[in-house]
Amino acid sequence: MKADYLYPEFEIIRNEALCTKCRLCEKECSNGVHAFLPEKGILIADSAKCVNCMRCVATCPVHAIKIVKSGADFTYNANWTSDVIREIFKQSATGGVLLSSMGNPKPLPVYWDKILINASQVTNPSIDPLREPMETKVFLGKKPSTVMRDEKGKMILNTPPSLELSLPVMFAAMSYGSISYNAHECLARAATELGTFYNTGEGGLHQNFYKYGSSTIVQVASGRFGVHKDYLEAGAAVEIKMGQGAKPGIGGHLPGSKIVDDVSKTRMIPIGSDAISPAPHHDIYSIEDLRQLVFSLKEATDYKKPVFVKVAAVHNIAAIASGIARSGADAIVIDGFRGGTGAAPTRIRDNVGIPVELALAAVDERLRQEGIRNDVSLIVSGSIRSSADVIKAIALGADACYIATAALVSLGCHLCRNCQSGKCNWGIATQRPELVARLDPDEGSERLVKLLTAWKREIKEFMGAMGINSIEALKGNRLMLRGIGLSETELKVLGIKHAGE
Amino acid sequence: MDLKEGQIRIPSGCAVSAVISRQGNAVNGEKIVKSMIPMHERSNGLGGGFAAYGIYPEYAEFYAFHMFFDSRQAKIDFETYIKEFFEIVKSEIIPTKKIRAIVNEPLIMRYFLAPMKSRLADAQLDEREFVARTVMRINCKIEGACVVSSGKNMGVFKAVGYPEDVGEFYSLSEYDAYLWTAHGRYPTNTPGWWGGAHPFGLLDYTVVHNGEISSYDANRRFIEMFGYKCTLQTDTEVITYIADFLLRRQKLTLEETALVIAAPFWSTIAKCDKEKKDKLTYLRYVFSSLLITGPFSIILGFDGGVMALNDRLKLRSMVTGEKKDLFFIASEEAAIRAMEPEAENIYSPDGGEPIIVKVEKEAQK
Amino acid sequence: MITINASTHDNASLCEMIKQAKDDVKISHCLGERFLGVGLKDRYIEIDGTPGNALGAYLNGGSVKVNGNAQDAVGDTMNAGTIVIYGNAGDAVGYAMRGGKIYIKGNAGYRAGIHIKAYKEKFPVIVIGGRCGSFLGEYQAGGLIIVLGLCKSEKNVTGNFPCTGMHGGRVLIRGDVSKITFPEQVSVGEATEEDMNTAMPYIKEFCSLFGYELSEVLGSAFTAVKPNSANPYKQMYVEN
Repeated sequence: MKADYLYPEFEIIRNEALCTKCRLCEKECSNGVHAFLPEKGILIADSAKCVNCMRCVATCPVHAIKIVKSGADFTYNANWTSDVIREIFKQSATGGVLLSSMGNPKPLPVYWDKILINASQVTNPSIDPLREPMETKVFLGKKPSTVMRDEKGKMILNTPPSLELSLPVMFAAMSYGSISYNAHECLARAATELGTFYNTGEGGLHQNFYKYGSSTIVQVASGRFGVHKDYLEAGAAVEIKMGQGAKPGIGGHLPGSKIVDDVSKTRMIPIGSDAISPAPHHDIYSIEDLRQLVFSLKEATDYKKPVFVKVAAVHNIAAIASGIARSGADAIVIDGFRGGTGAAPTRIRDNVGIPVELALAAVDERLRQEGIRNDVSLIVSGSIRSSADVIKAIALGADACYIATAALVSLGCHLCRNCQSGKCNWGIATQRPELVARLDPDEGSERLVKLLTAWKREIKEFMGAMGINSIEALKGNRLMLRGIGLSETELKVLGIKHAGE
Repeated sequence: MDLKEGQIRIPSGCAVSAVISRQGNAVNGEKIVKSMIPMHERSNGLGGGFAAYGIYPEYAEFYAFHMFFDSRQAKIDFETYIKEFFEIVKSEIIPTKKIRAIVNEPLIMRYFLAPMKSRLADAQLDEREFVARTVMRINCKIEGACVVSSGKNMGVFKAVGYPEDVGEFYSLSEYDAYLWTAHGRYPTNTPGWWGGAHPFGLLDYTVVHNGEISSYDANRRFIEMFGYKCTLQTDTEVITYIADFLLRRQKLTLEETALVIAAPFWSTIAKCDKEKKDKLTYLRYVFSSLLITGPFSIILGFDGGVMALNDRLKLRSMVTGEKKDLFFIASEEAAIRAMEPEAENIYSPDGGEPIIVKVEKEAQK
Repeated sequence: MITINASTHDNASLCEMIKQAKDDVKISHCLGERFLGVGLKDRYIEIDGTPGNALGAYLNGGSVKVNGNAQDAVGDTMNAGTIVIYGNAGDAVGYAMRGGKIYIKGNAGYRAGIHIKAYKEKFPVIVIGGRCGSFLGEYQAGGLIIVLGLCKSEKNVTGNFPCTGMHGGRVLIRGDVSKITFPEQVSVGEATEEDMNTAMPYIKEFCSLFGYELSEVLGSAFTAVKPNSANPYKQMYVEN
């Protein structure tokens, strides 16, 4: 139908005076935007195919290309936005469920940006992090409730299984399949070098990466892809994925087209077969069933590894977390509604779940009220963008954060949000060998190390300014936070005062 | 309306001092009051107080509750409540002297209490836990009543004013104790009432403290999981509860307690031999939320002894000294010299180095 | 073989004793103890009584025999090995199993063989002697499920909604399926010779384990259920 034709969202502007017709842009674009017309000796662009990943912009040796929003848009309407109209056209033409990638892009409140951090003035001193010790090490795991001693009075060091992190930031679950082999290698190597952890996601662990096992968290999701005894034993911790912030209550679906040879081996399913993760774990229909899975995993790993449970931040998250804390889990991962994804139904991604800041504050407070905060560590994810977000999360009560989108951006992701196409020009969300090769694991892992090294420095700066020299003393230290422009209810949920109070 | 301490958090600077007789001999209150005079500049007249140990030998087996009441009604409410759980062995007004520098005093009483056996059995609690919970409940629930101290054979005397004046107000020269600790306060706000002055006490633990800690809310929110309620929002209060939790409930030694609240840096721990490293790591793992950061010098008094401790960066001053049987601790050497001009072995403890002095007969136990 | 009386140990120490035993283990007086044989690589465990949930989860090569009924999540995520149940099994038997065999003399509960998958030489098989509950072989991605319907029952041999989301493997059902409604993404028809050849070794083993005559079992016709597509949900989405 004619109504469905829309002028492209982006336009390629080529500066003909600069263009040398080297045709690199043509080679670099997996979407086939650029084409050379030999008869005319010029390059043309099919803007309709452009996703604004900026690969051609970044690689053009003479910087002759820019991509702009086309500006051709529907009559302005704050209610019937152009996105809404485009989506109706798409669904009317196909009958399909809208599928999107990366985190929720809607202008919903980002509470991190409405929270301000304290600093010491006069009544106690700030500390210079460059010259005085500043500790960012954290442990994830249960804390024993009482100190036990043997008959001679010697303390029994009954530390439960735990992870030691050099800084409270880890790389979140992204499966091999949703991202590339090289992207996984970057994460694994960076985590190892940094003294932190990366997470396999639900796609199994590639044989070549077993050597990074001591820096690996292996995930067990409802599809149980690649899950077997050696896999469970390979990691430093096991994470049960119950839900994901981008699609709470929704299963996963990696299309058969992405189950190429190597991905098939890692997931242990045939090439080309869809990898469907059911919405729930079918052995968990109730909280006591979760306890069963937690303990069957502990049993399978001889009680040597901490078991995490990851859930999406939903309305009743405080009660859910309290149940998880009593299930035997060693850590709870809360993934907020701005969390990223390789593919999720658009409507779910943009409408289901709650912000991680509120979920974290509610969970931490509830677990303390019930006296069980020590039984679990809290890890938060779902759009942690900077060291400031990390500091605020810790002060609200988190033990550590997971980052994923930030890590991918460090690897070159330009957030064009077309992961589901499998044609990622940056070699990240793709399985095409020629595209994967664009992401150099040496360079990529080094960039990740640099990113988190910079964050660690900034975290120390924040801590020093607050007069805190160990991150332990920041955990749950909500007096260090103030809200700005927040309602009474928001402040109450966050458990912080308003600026000026 | 002015906010009372507890409704807002008030940072304070301070002066602290202490004297203990290792033989358990009587030290007159005049001595400790004298120590505070040279440190006058460290206080601003908005809080001063003393803790004294060994002052009620004739009632040594009873819990001595020092109480502030804002009103007659508060006293009635308190007594009605306490009679349900305790036998009141004796109650009396704590004698005070009218002096110009101390005004707006509440009704100040002391009670010697014995928990009722039947109530203890019902609660299925150990006696000290039972008393500690009673203190929490009174401070939270009974409007206008404040438990100033609640240990056996000891008591806290405090007020809004300079410490020297507080000493005179309570006529501390009338008391003999084997251990005295003292506090002069420099709050940034007016505390509004006397409960906010220091020392802060729970059971026989009392804390005087100098400095504003940066870990306050992390410590508070952790300790409140275990039945403590921080009603005053002061560092001293939370430190007292931490001490009670670690010493009484977790049964840590004083040294181990110091290793939790002023934990050695990871870099220091890394240099220890394996056994020590494992233990220090364990303590930091288990009690990570009880690490206290920011400046502090603490004097912790308890039944039979005293511990002094600086923060691990040593951001506050503290010196110790001794003469014969007596051991002195203070923010400034001058305070020690005011008590004993001939004091010897003047020493500044390192950051995180606990100085523990126990009465010898206690230490031999 | 080592014999352990389950009633004299707590669950955790029972599991630990099984792990530590160098030999085969016979467990008597079993009453709800969970996680028995979890991750077992070799060796044989025989259980008298009623084992608890997650029996033989992550089983990796050993074999487990139950003289009685089993509860939920038998052989959860198992990779290899054999589980034989001389009775009924509860819900979600063989959930996400990738390899190995489960033989059940009696009935299975809901969601039997949910999300079982095959990979290379790994080919999971579940044989159910009686009937099973709804959602048999939901999301099945590989392997073989055989339901024999040998126990007398008023009910259909499978419950409702069998094979929903199936995108690999086979389900063979013995006897009348006329009252069973299958979803659109599978094709249902009389089992071919090839289907029966694949299934025969397992049917024979079932008969020898539980004392059935092969001729009796083969006396009724078998229906085969196969997926139409390895990508059943492809058309449901539009990139946005």
